[in-house]
Amino acid sequence: MVGRVTAHPIIRLEPSRGWVALRLDDVWHYRELLWFLALRDIKVRYKQTVLGASWALLQPVLTTVVFTVVFGRLARIPSDGVPYAVFALAALVPWTFFATAVSTTSISLVGNTNLISKVYFPRLCVPIAAVVACVVDLLIACGVLFVAMGIYGVGGGLRMPLVIPFVALAVATALGVGLWLSAIAARYRDVRHAVPFLVQFWLFATPVAYPSSLLSDRWQSLYALNPMVGVVEGFRWSLLGSDVAIGRTALTSTASALVILVTGAFYFRRMERSFADVI
Amino acid sequence: MSSDAGSAQRGAVAIRTERLCKDYVLGAGGYGYDSLRERLTQLATAPARALSSRREQRPGGEQEQLLHALVDLSVTINEGEVVGIIGSNGAGKSTLLKVLSRITEPTSGWAEIAGRVGSLLEVGTGFHPELTGRENIFLNGAILGMRQAEIRRQFDQIVAFADIERFLETPVKRYSSGMYVRLAFSVAAHLQTEVLIVDEVLAVGDAAFQRKCLGRMDEVAREGRTVLFVSHNMAIIQSLCRRGIFLQSGRLVADGPVNEVVGKYLQSLEQTMAVDLLDRTDRRGWHRIKVSGLEIAGEDGAALASGRPARFTVRLTGLQPGTRCMLTVLNNLGQPVCEFASGTTSPEDVTVPAVVSEAAPTQFICEIEELPLVPGRYRVDVLVRGTHHTEDAIASAAMFDVAHGVLAGRPVAGHGSGDVAVPHRWIVPVS
Repeated sequence: MVGRVTAHPIIRLEPSRGWVALRLDDVWHYRELLWFLALRDIKVRYKQTVLGASWALLQPVLTTVVFTVVFGRLARIPSDGVPYAVFALAALVPWTFFATAVSTTSISLVGNTNLISKVYFPRLCVPIAAVVACVVDLLIACGVLFVAMGIYGVGGGLRMPLVIPFVALAVATALGVGLWLSAIAARYRDVRHAVPFLVQFWLFATPVAYPSSLLSDRWQSLYALNPMVGVVEGFRWSLLGSDVAIGRTALTSTASALVILVTGAFYFRRMERSFADVI
Repeated sequence: MSSDAGSAQRGAVAIRTERLCKDYVLGAGGYGYDSLRERLTQLATAPARALSSRREQRPGGEQEQLLHALVDLSVTINEGEVVGIIGSNGAGKSTLLKVLSRITEPTSGWAEIAGRVGSLLEVGTGFHPELTGRENIFLNGAILGMRQAEIRRQFDQIVAFADIERFLETPVKRYSSGMYVRLAFSVAAHLQTEVLIVDEVLAVGDAAFQRKCLGRMDEVAREGRTVLFVSHNMAIIQSLCRRGIFLQSGRLVADGPVNEVVGKYLQSLEQTMAVDLLDRTDRRGWHRIKVSGLEIAGEDGAALASGRPARFTVRLTGLQPGTRCMLTVLNNLGQPVCEFASGTTSPEDVTVPAVVSEAAPTQFICEIEELPLVPGRYRVDVLVRGTHHTEDAIASAAMFDVAHGVLAGRPVAGHGSGDVAVPHRWIVPVS
């Protein structure tokens, strides 16, 4: 009798070395947890705030006002023929999502230390849930964008549904960058200080305040390696109906985002085994 | 799982570990908070180092200090067994539970576990203070690996067990600590996993709830599930478990029937107490002040006896304004009996000028006129606090035996229940 194999699946625990499989099936198995973590983040984010979820609207709107005054009126930056406010908002909606998602995801592991050092679950759930929680804000902000488009009477063509792949691209980029940063942050608290700078630099490397047409053709491919270029241009192209040729930019950005996402996921899994010990 | 299935499975292996080791790297060069800069320089110089030296060596010849939390641990636990894991602080109990619950990977060796593992390493893990009781039940259930349908099925039981019906919609940050613990334990206790791992959670909560928890754990065991249980309370271990595993410095010292193993553990505690207090390493705190000695004596150096005077002397290596001492007396099984704290003052307290010298070290003396303990063996935990921090704390710092004696004119029996003797008087009718 002793040593008989049981009906239950046997889990083998042993040291792993080097690169390991992603085990996305594990993450899928824990999808309810993922959802709960995201839901918790959403619920908690606006608890005990006076304005509640309207913060999700206010952030892009207020930034748009500032951008319109500074870049649109004072600096007279061109806006591809649409009113500057809509031009900026169409970029700020995905950008705000990206900036928030990267900031919150990068500290998500550290913020869940008590979970990570006390319970087992696929660690990938933590950054994924952090990004998912930000997607809700993105959807709310998209609503604002649609309203603004109505007010200014721009866009709204047949291309509108094509914004969806660009939303996906934004999510993939944020998750990819977030995976890298959160795994590094588990060990090096430097990340907490570096992220605000990173996000700020990234903003200037992305055509949020200005159109990418300002750059000469020669630099466009290199520029599009920043996946957020593809996202922002994609939003403007699909929603505002700008005439910029989007194909090459979109492909380059997508490829670049996928590289960041896949390498980020593998790096995360590689670092994962030491999370509970170092965090 | 029905109890039939449980007993049918008895004898099948639930957990097996083979030469399981877990090392932690100590010091700045290891898994501590090292800065990115250090790591980057290391990366940049890696090719050069690869040519010149072995991989294990760190730049600057800095040695890695390893803490061997688990050493070559091989045990086999069958399904339906309830195993108590015993050992003093730092013996590797928690590390073992962490490895088995997949929180951290072993450094070498392996373990195999049949079925799902539910672990409760700390009460309230994953509770969010801003969320309501109801929301937290679902969140915590999901964190512990329960399906939503499963939680919903057991929801009423969980709430009833925790006894918090009225507060379901209240954020848990407004809960009393007792309610918090009850809810957390309740969720974990209703996990339907084949293996349940519980780490010292019963130390919290009131006596009635502790009993309820023990009852629940017993039920879990009778359902044929495997339970691994860590506690410093030997009475709980003995009442709950049939098998004990005794770890010391990460190694397996004893494994067998629980009473035997507990006996060996208590013996080893006596040996530990023979060590000079200043040489003890199993202490915590800031250590700006250390306990250098703890002496327990009766009147004029006589042995302690029930109803006789007793004197606890705590010697310290220094003194700060606001220093306080706390002594906790535990019975032989590790259950707290009473505590003496110098932080609470009485008009009968006496202050003396402090002298810090080799010859006359600073000491706190606690005097008891009539020792209200029944005959038996006791141990003492000592804790010294400054104004803000725990300076030094040693569990089982000393041990003492109490002999038979007389309290309020009445002989104190050592074989009744309880550890405390209370002076009392009967008014008896006679015919």
